[in-house]
Amino acid sequence: MNGARILADLKVTARGYLRNPIALFFSLVFPLILILLFGLIFAGSGSGPVTLYVQNFDHAANGTATPFSQAFLSDLNRTNLVSVDLVSPSVGNLSTWLGQNNNPVGLVIPAGFQASFLAHRPVNVTLFTNPQAASAAGSAYGAVAGVLNYLNLAAANGTAILGTTQYNVGSTIFTYIDYLVPGLIGFSILTSPMFSMVDVTSTYRKDGIFRQLSLTPLTRDEWLASRVLWYTMLTFLSAAIMLGFGVVVFGAHVILNVWLLPFLFAGPLLFVSLGMVAGSIARTPESAAVIGNVITFPMMFLAGTFFPVSDFGPGLQVVAKLLPLYYVIDGMNQAMLFQNFGRAFGDLLVVLGFAAVLFAAAVYLFRWKGE
Amino acid sequence: MAEAIVVDDLVKTYPDVQAVDHVSFRVPAGTVFAFLGPNGAGKTTTTEILEGLRARTGGAVEVLGLDPWSEGRPLHRQIGVIPQDFRFFEKIRPREAIEYYGTLFGTRPDPAALLARVQLTDKAESRFDTLSGGQKQKLGLALSLVNDPKVCFLDEPTTGLDPQARRGIWEVIRGLRREGRTVFLTTHYLEEAEILADRVAIIHHGRIVADGSPAEIIQRLGGPARLRIDAGEDVASFLRARFPNEIHWQAGRVEIVLQTREDAIAILDALRASGLAWVSFSTERDTLEDVFVRLVGQMDDGVLKSANGRAPEVPA
Ligand SMILES: Nc1ncnc2c1ncn2[C@@H]1O[C@H](COP(=O)(O)OP(=O)(O)O)[C@@H](O)[C@H]1O
Ligand SMILES: [Mg+2]
Repeated sequence: MNGARILADLKVTARGYLRNPIALFFSLVFPLILILLFGLIFAGSGSGPVTLYVQNFDHAANGTATPFSQAFLSDLNRTNLVSVDLVSPSVGNLSTWLGQNNNPVGLVIPAGFQASFLAHRPVNVTLFTNPQAASAAGSAYGAVAGVLNYLNLAAANGTAILGTTQYNVGSTIFTYIDYLVPGLIGFSILTSPMFSMVDVTSTYRKDGIFRQLSLTPLTRDEWLASRVLWYTMLTFLSAAIMLGFGVVVFGAHVILNVWLLPFLFAGPLLFVSLGMVAGSIARTPESAAVIGNVITFPMMFLAGTFFPVSDFGPGLQVVAKLLPLYYVIDGMNQAMLFQNFGRAFGDLLVVLGFAAVLFAAAVYLFRWKGE
Repeated sequence: MAEAIVVDDLVKTYPDVQAVDHVSFRVPAGTVFAFLGPNGAGKTTTTEILEGLRARTGGAVEVLGLDPWSEGRPLHRQIGVIPQDFRFFEKIRPREAIEYYGTLFGTRPDPAALLARVQLTDKAESRFDTLSGGQKQKLGLALSLVNDPKVCFLDEPTTGLDPQARRGIWEVIRGLRREGRTVFLTTHYLEEAEILADRVAIIHHGRIVADGSPAEIIQRLGGPARLRIDAGEDVASFLRARFPNEIHWQAGRVEIVLQTREDAIAILDALRASGLAWVSFSTERDTLEDVFVRLVGQMDDGVLKSANGRAPEVPA
């Protein structure tokens, strides 16, 4: 390995990229557009919190609301997506009442909510939304699902009772945008190497550029190192942009910590390798593009990029967990949102396993001289 | 070193075709060698075996004393290669490409000088994908010179180029020879081989059917010279009656196949003495192209099928 040669190749690659508006668009601009788009759709466009009318049937023996249901409601307020307004149980059916008063969203907390939670028994709150007020519905759903999700997680981790102060440290309540930031970083990690490595591998082979390079002192390993370095740099760049936008524009709650870093290194390695494998097994650049898309698109939607995988049905969840990108995104969620580093480490091991296998396959299939 | 390239009994077999069939030749250092043949003759296959890009099936090959396949890395530092139909990174500029190659080879080329040499100065800052075919080929040529190679391989460097671009490439090849480099050139343009090469080998269906200097090949394999006289059919009849030579008449022209140079003088003497009318005369010899077309045509007709590596002397 010769650093000067790797650097020279890196420079040529970077220039080629900067001069290719399509590549640049897909790896840097497109994820930004997505974060803006999804952020605006689901976070409401700055019209302030939506009023959420709540009927709370979960009372303690003395007739007051249970501490757990109260904590739940104050967490809902803290999302800034909704502002809770209590409705007396005496008004009767909440759905009817909402309709009569022309209020779009309401929530019913059933009796026994706290008791069920403590006993780890399933219990549902009921969210009423008016489909004609999509943005309010989205905000309410995001807030409620986010808070419940966090509580579920906390329960699964075995912490019995959660006071607000306990889960208020670090990231607070997770809204849709909080999931979206790691998801879209994952999107970049997947798409920028996949779209271009598939093309580069197959086109360079067809055009004889690899053979041309094989006649210079540049080695195959140096070329590979330069590519992996390039996509790692690109990943860091797009992660920084996405985090900046998510936090500044949408107030996303993310915690930057060192656990993010291994994913930003291992992710590009994984998908550079996968892109090369796809590009190498195809006979022509055209079929390579098809193979690349067949791999990339389902992964893009199913691995938790745009929606938390926990929102999927059980069947789709199984599929998601077969996809390497799932572990990249889940790992980043664990690191940046839940601070569950044990699980992040497990995810990292899976990512490294995928990366090792795919890298070996890419090196095996990669023809530098080729006939 | 006396021989830059030595090829002995080279064989390359693909699953469905024997692309190179027991080929042998030598290229003395500092000379231009043209490998001449129609499409599919086996030129690229041979060239890429010499460059170390393809493995051979049999035979021995040496370039600058090295085995291209097993000693590729040291060899590649000393040779320059322009593949048939050179392609490169789409968005790179010629100046940057030369700097890139300079870093890869650890040399310090002067991009401006190299580009001037291949007449590409005005395109130094244009992106590769905006260059014409000839300009791309010229960049390939410039890149192949970045490591100051001892041997240059050019696989059909002028195919598909306009006449002016071809002449430009020829000029560069002449310059390479003046600098004492060895040039291995493949082409299917006879004219190109005739103009540039010290030695030519004609390859067809993977076999060398003729080799030597262009003049030697014409001498050895060319048809006999012909005397042409612009005159009426009466002249043809007159000559037929007096000379044993093969004589044709067509459209106001008599064509006499000469066996010796003296034939022409005797015929012209007789013609003058006869007092018959004639307009003008000229003599003609085969060009390398005539030889090539005849050889290739005969091989396809099966006449030369028995020849092994070398064509028998072909009577006209
Ligand atoms: N990689 C290959 N695999 C199989 N056959 C090949 C391959 N390359 C060339 N050939 C065949 O070998 C013969 C010689 O090809 P080539 O050396 O490219 O000829 P030329 O360069 O003179 O046009 C042709 O019949 C061609 O189809
Ligand atoms: Mg060829």
